[in-house]
Amino acid sequence: MAIKNIVVIGGGPAGLEASAQLHYMGYNVFLIEKNDKLGGHLGKWDRLFPQGIQSEELLNPLIKNTAGVKTFVNTEVVNINKLEKQYNIILSNGITILARAVLFATGFDLFPASKKEEYGYGIYDKVITNADLEIFFRTKSDSRIVNPLKIGFVHCVGSRDEKTGNRQCSKVCCATAVKQACEIKEVFPNAEVICFYMDLRMFGRKYEDLYLTAQKKYGVRFIRGRVSEVGENINHQLIVKAEDTLSSKPLKVTLDLLVLMCGMNNSSEGIKTASLIGLKADEDGFFETLNPMQGSIFSHKKGVFYAGAATGPKTLPETINEGRAAAICINNYIKEEINE
Amino acid sequence: MNKFGYSLSPASVINLDNADKIKFKELIDLEPDVLKCMACGSCVSSCSAVNFTNSSLRSAILSLQNGLPEKAYEYLKGCMLCGKCTMICPRGINTRRLIISIFQTYNFKK
Amino acid sequence: MIYEGKKKIWKDYQKEIPDDHYFYVRSCIRQTLFPASEKTFLDITRNKLHKDFFETEHHTTCGGIAYHSDVIPQETVMTIIARQFALMKKYGYENYVCSCITSFGLYTETLETWHEFPQLQEKTAENLWKSCKLEFTKPKYLAHSSDIIYKFRNLIAEQAKYKLINQYTGEPLKVVEHIGCHYSKMFPSKGFGGAEYPYVLAGMIEAWGGEVVDYPERRHCCGFGFRQYLVKANRGYSISNTHKKFESMEPFKPDMIITNCPGCPYFLDRWQYAIAEMEGKTYGENGHGIPVFTYEEVAGLVMGYNPWDLGLQNHQIGTEILLDKIGIPYDPNMKYKGLNNKDLGIPEFPSCIK
Repeated sequence: MAIKNIVVIGGGPAGLEASAQLHYMGYNVFLIEKNDKLGGHLGKWDRLFPQGIQSEELLNPLIKNTAGVKTFVNTEVVNINKLEKQYNIILSNGITILARAVLFATGFDLFPASKKEEYGYGIYDKVITNADLEIFFRTKSDSRIVNPLKIGFVHCVGSRDEKTGNRQCSKVCCATAVKQACEIKEVFPNAEVICFYMDLRMFGRKYEDLYLTAQKKYGVRFIRGRVSEVGENINHQLIVKAEDTLSSKPLKVTLDLLVLMCGMNNSSEGIKTASLIGLKADEDGFFETLNPMQGSIFSHKKGVFYAGAATGPKTLPETINEGRAAAICINNYIKEEINE
Repeated sequence: MNKFGYSLSPASVINLDNADKIKFKELIDLEPDVLKCMACGSCVSSCSAVNFTNSSLRSAILSLQNGLPEKAYEYLKGCMLCGKCTMICPRGINTRRLIISIFQTYNFKK
Repeated sequence: MIYEGKKKIWKDYQKEIPDDHYFYVRSCIRQTLFPASEKTFLDITRNKLHKDFFETEHHTTCGGIAYHSDVIPQETVMTIIARQFALMKKYGYENYVCSCITSFGLYTETLETWHEFPQLQEKTAENLWKSCKLEFTKPKYLAHSSDIIYKFRNLIAEQAKYKLINQYTGEPLKVVEHIGCHYSKMFPSKGFGGAEYPYVLAGMIEAWGGEVVDYPERRHCCGFGFRQYLVKANRGYSISNTHKKFESMEPFKPDMIITNCPGCPYFLDRWQYAIAEMEGKTYGENGHGIPVFTYEEVAGLVMGYNPWDLGLQNHQIGTEILLDKIGIPYDPNMKYKGLNNKDLGIPEFPSCIK
């Protein structure tokens, strides 16, 4: 078979890593990105937990390694047709690609915070999201953040919340919140910082160290209880209510800034594209994989693969490893097809 | 007493705005390890006084964070400073010294 | 506060209700405590807006108070409600509007229950037939009477003689809107504006020239809470809830409160006296309380009704301070005169609050 084309949909960390590896293996890789820049959410983040590495330190080599890959930005997949052993992929820029395999590295959407109406995102000026705060860390400018003296972080916004349709834990928000709590203390050393959590899921290597640092070095207060409602007082400060479940008492506090730790939903664009070849999302909204243990890279369609947060919330190292694993799986799949 | 036969119920809500942060800061300066508590409760479960008093270092720290030193005193007044919780604490807090520091900072009667 | 953000949410929670031909049912509490409000509602809709609002003396309570006080079971409540629907059918109506928020919540709950469990609707039909020999159909549209005033708020504004504007300062009046819990907290999609930022009263305030006060405890219960008040041992909880609301709204210095529930105007009004008596504290200006109104009273005021015909003399907190601010004329000598100038007698006034 002469055709060595592979289409990778999504130019975030998973798509970039998979593209680079597949290119290295000698395939003809087409990387499709709907936005004008590669990098996905990583490109908008400032520093990464647990070590605080700058996002560029990770992203720049990922992009550099895709030098030989045919990359289309500002491009969407318009249609996918399954031929006998190939896929015919039509792009919004008019190009059609005949590919042996397709990789969905379509990533995630940040949970839309305004859906949690009781937190008042988009209604109260001083309520922002984790993504907004990362932009502030990069630019040091946000009209909503003016010398806050009391800052709160709400974990599990749109996660572990059946009413928003998301029963799952988004995995990375706890560590992100603790990281951001430390960082904001660096920017505003006199501020009092509170994290409202339900369970603190510091599961990864060195995450617990980050938690200890937040407590000991930065004096971050951890209150076990989910924020129930937010209001605004006459000075435009936020009145935040939660239960301090460790003392079984309701608690309220006046804050100058509240950061909502929005979780991950499967990418709505990704779902739309996948539906073109009849691939479905599971009840949690993420794509259903062939086998939850060994086959998380495989879809139910031969020749279509997954990598990254499209199959559930993941950390960056996991996402990058999956991109690499997907490259191996695709390579094996094509070799087997040739031998058949 | 008023003529109604009922009155306003006292609010049970913890108002963090009223918590005395200056005193707690004094305690931190004296005993920075107080910040390391992760509320695991090992100190309480191993406490030799807990069977006959309501001793709880965990709850005492929480009460101080919430600005309720009187409650903290109630949780600590039965402590005999045996130091067993110091052996147990997974975060390595010198709990015995911490309790003494709390008594000093907040002028608790011994 | 970002006003555009609220507008976005309001857009998400709009419901369709027809603008004419309604079967109207009264509220037990309101026809006792605020009878003029219901009278005003019918007068505005029938004689000012020229709509068809029918009512019959044969309708009863919805059973809500007994239901929420755990005195009667749901089966009984559903049968009472089915009887009301049967009356609606008998008189040839499809649109049902109730004056009470508790009823509105209960009707919504019942319709949802029948939707989810059709066998319960069949059982109710059977109960109704056995007990009353009546058959019912479900209303095509269910509305609360505040929904109707909300829907016609701009028509009312066109006919208005006064605006919710302080004539001394030219500033809009600062108005607290308090929504009955059973309006949309149980079924957010059934109320204009949803449950977090309801628009039903806010829309009226805006249309009539006032400014809505958004204070931290705006979601909180007025304090009635059925058993909280009905059981005397619990009344401390009732007044504590009301106290919490007033403490929260106090810094905003509201000129008035507007409500859409039977219990709320009563408790927000009367408990201000009890709080003043217990704590010596008042929340209005110079020893006054904050006047509390039903939405019909406010609609009536802006349309130029005589304040005493609206029943304002029945309020605990004197409303004259607000009438003066708006510039609505009133005759103090007529305040306690009934039909045909019958002298009703002047009540004793407390010294702790005006």
